[in-house]
Amino acid sequence: MASPTATEQRPTAQHQEEELTGAEIVVRALRDEGVEYLYGYPGGAVLYIYDELFKQDIVKHILVRHEQAAVHAADAYARVTGKVGVALVTSGPGATNAVTGIATAYMDSIPLVVISGQVPVALIGNDAFQEVDTVGITRPCTKHNFLVKDVRDLATTLKTAFHLAATGRPGPVLVDIPKDITGHKTIYHYPEKVSLRSYKPTVKGHPGQVRKAMQMITGAQRPMFYTGGGVILANGAEELVKMVRTLGAPITNTFMGLGGYPASDRQFLGMLGMHGTYEANMAVQNCDVLVAIGARFDDRVTGNIAKFAPHAKIVHVDIDPSSISKNVRVDVPIVGDVRQVLAEMNQILGEMDHPTDARALAAWWAQIEDWRKRDCLHYTQNDEVIKPQFVIQKLYELTGGDAIVTTDVGQHQMWAAQFYGFDRPRRWASSGGLGTMGYGLPAAMGAQLAEPDSTVLCITGEGSIQMNIQELSTCLQYRLPIKVACLNNHYLGMVRQWQEFFYGSRYAMSYVDALPDFVKLAEAFGHVGLRADKPADVEPVIREALRLKDRLVFMDFQVDPVENVYPMVPAGAALSEMILV
Amino acid sequence: MRHIISILLENEAGALSRVAGLFSARGYNIEAMTVAPTHDASISRMTVATRGSEEVMEQVLKQLNKLVEVIRVQDLSDGPHIERELMLIKVHAVGPDREEVKRLADIFRGRIIDVTDRSYTMELTGTGEKLDAFIHALDPGMVIEVVRSGASAISRGAKGI
Repeated sequence: MASPTATEQRPTAQHQEEELTGAEIVVRALRDEGVEYLYGYPGGAVLYIYDELFKQDIVKHILVRHEQAAVHAADAYARVTGKVGVALVTSGPGATNAVTGIATAYMDSIPLVVISGQVPVALIGNDAFQEVDTVGITRPCTKHNFLVKDVRDLATTLKTAFHLAATGRPGPVLVDIPKDITGHKTIYHYPEKVSLRSYKPTVKGHPGQVRKAMQMITGAQRPMFYTGGGVILANGAEELVKMVRTLGAPITNTFMGLGGYPASDRQFLGMLGMHGTYEANMAVQNCDVLVAIGARFDDRVTGNIAKFAPHAKIVHVDIDPSSISKNVRVDVPIVGDVRQVLAEMNQILGEMDHPTDARALAAWWAQIEDWRKRDCLHYTQNDEVIKPQFVIQKLYELTGGDAIVTTDVGQHQMWAAQFYGFDRPRRWASSGGLGTMGYGLPAAMGAQLAEPDSTVLCITGEGSIQMNIQELSTCLQYRLPIKVACLNNHYLGMVRQWQEFFYGSRYAMSYVDALPDFVKLAEAFGHVGLRADKPADVEPVIREALRLKDRLVFMDFQVDPVENVYPMVPAGAALSEMILV
Repeated sequence: MRHIISILLENEAGALSRVAGLFSARGYNIEAMTVAPTHDASISRMTVATRGSEEVMEQVLKQLNKLVEVIRVQDLSDGPHIERELMLIKVHAVGPDREEVKRLADIFRGRIIDVTDRSYTMELTGTGEKLDAFIHALDPGMVIEVVRSGASAISRGAKGI
C-alpha cells in the first residue's frame, strides 16, 4: 500500500526501465538511498531479500543474535551519524522481537526504517506460520507504517518511509513486505523525492513569533536555557552555542540533549530534572524567562508540573506542534526546525547593540555560582570500595572526554549522564524516553560501525548487560573493539534505591543472585575480560582496556553495592525539592 | 464540553484504526465516530463527537494533525454548524399502539420504512437530542432495537473544510 498521494518525480534516465523482483527492489532501493549498514536477522519470510543481499556487497549486512539488537544497533548508528538507521527482520517473532527496539526509537525520535517480512498476501489473516499483525502491533510505536500489497508500490513506499523517518520530528517507520511480493517483478523506479499532501512539517519559524521571543529573551533579568534532544536531531548545536555565548546566559541540557552545549563550558549548569544538578534545577525554578528548545517538558524533567518554573515566562521552540503546551503552558510558542529557528534568532541577535542587561545578568550569575558551591555531585572515594561515580570520572579522564558513550538503564546511566561531560553532539546514545534495559551493547555496535576509529564505551550494569549479552558474539564476528564498563553492584541499583527511599528498604527482587563471572564470560565469547575489585585497580584496568585497541574488553568493576544517585527529585516533588547527599 | 471534530484523511486501509488507536492510546473520549468516503474517492471524512477540556481538545487536534494520513482537521464546534444523526428504530406495534406510534413518528418527522403485523421500523434524522427525545417518548417496553449512525456535521456558510 504505497500511499496513492505520493507524487513521484521519476528520474528521466531510461536505463532504469528494467524489471526487478521485489527482493531486488528492496536491495536496490537501500543502495540508492545510500544505506551503508543493514542490521538484521534472516528467516523464512525474508529469504528472497537475503538472497539478493548475498549477491552484492554495497549494502553491508550485520548479523545480530536477536532482532531487538538489530533495531538498537540501527538506532545508535542513526544517533551517531544523523542518517536513517535500517533494520531487517523476518515475520512473526522477528517482528515482535523488534518491537522494543522500535518503541525505544519512537520515544527518542530516532529516524529508522525497519523492514519486516510478512507471510504471503493470500495467507494474511489465516493464522499462518510465523504470522503476526505487524502493522497493527507497531502502529502505536512508529511514526508511520506500511503493508505493501503490490510490488508496483514497493519502491515508492520505501522512499516514502525514508522521507517520513528523516523529516519533521524524526521517528521509526516500518515497512511490512509479504514474501510473495518480494518474488513478484515490476519495473524499478526509485523516486528522487516524494511529497505527501497530508504531511508537510513546518520548518521555518514564524517571523513575528521569533521576534517576540527575542524581545522576551533579551529583556530577561534571569534568563535560563533548557535544551533537549531536538537540538541534537536538528544539528542545531552550533547555532545554540552561538546564541547562548552571545547572551551570556546559563544553560542546562536534558538527558537527551547532552552534548548540545559543551559540558566543559562555564555557562553549562549540568543536566536538569530528577537527577539533575542542584544549580540547574534551582536556576530553572528561579529564572524569569525559560527558553526551551527541542525539549518536551517530560515528567522526569519538570517534577511536579504545577510547581515548575513558577516565575518564568516560557519560550518554546519545537518542530512538533503537539509538544507545545502539552504539559506546560508556554508564552511564546515557535513551531519549526530547531536549527533554522536558532539561525533566525541569531540573525536578530546580531542586529542588536546591547542585547542583555549586564548588571542583572551579573547578579543572576552570582546567585548561580552560590548554588554551584553546593557541589551536589560530590562523593568520597576511599581506599576500600570503588565508588561508581569514580569509575565514570576515570573513564572520562582516560578517554579525554571524547568517547562515544552508550548506556543501559538505571543508576549507571544517570552517573554516566552526570559525570561524563559531552563537549559535542552525537557522542551519547542512551534510551531516554522508554528506558530500555539491553540497549547499551547493541547500541555500541551501531556506534562502533558508524565510527570505527572512535573509542566506543558501553557503560552498563550487571542487570542490564544480561538483557542482550548474546551480542558479544556479534561483536566478535565483526571485530568491534567496544569497551564495556560494567558497574557491578550486584543490585538492580535504581530499583534498590527507590525501595530504600520509598518502600521501607524492602528490597524485593532487586538483589541479583547467581551472577556469572563476567571475565570468564567475556573470554568464552572470545574477548578480553578484566576485573577491578579495589579503587586502585580502576585506572590500570581502564588503561589496559584502552591499550587493547582492536579487542572488545569487558571491564567488570565491583562497585559499592549501596551507593545512590544524587541529587534526586522524588516523583511528584518540585524541582527545587531535591534530596541531596 | 462536547466537540464535533471533522477529519479529512486518506481513504486507505488502516487510516481508521490509526485515528481510533490514537484516541484510545491517549485516553481521549469518543462519543461517536462515523466515517465514509467523500466525493473524492481518495479521501474519507470522519466525524468524531468527543468531550474534553480546552487543553485536551488542543492536544486532540494537534495529535490528529500529526497522523501522516490525516489531511485536515477542524473543530466544528468553534463556529456555527449543522449536526445530523440517522436513527433506525424497530418497535412493537400492536392494537391501539399502532396509531399512537404513527402519530409520534409524524410529530418527530420520522418515516415508517418497514411494517409487520406486530411491528414498525422507522427512520428519523436530527440532532442526537431529538433522537433521544423520540426514544424517551416511547414506552420503554416497546423498543425492539435501535441503530444510530453517530453524528455527521458540516459547517454553516459557503466555505468548505
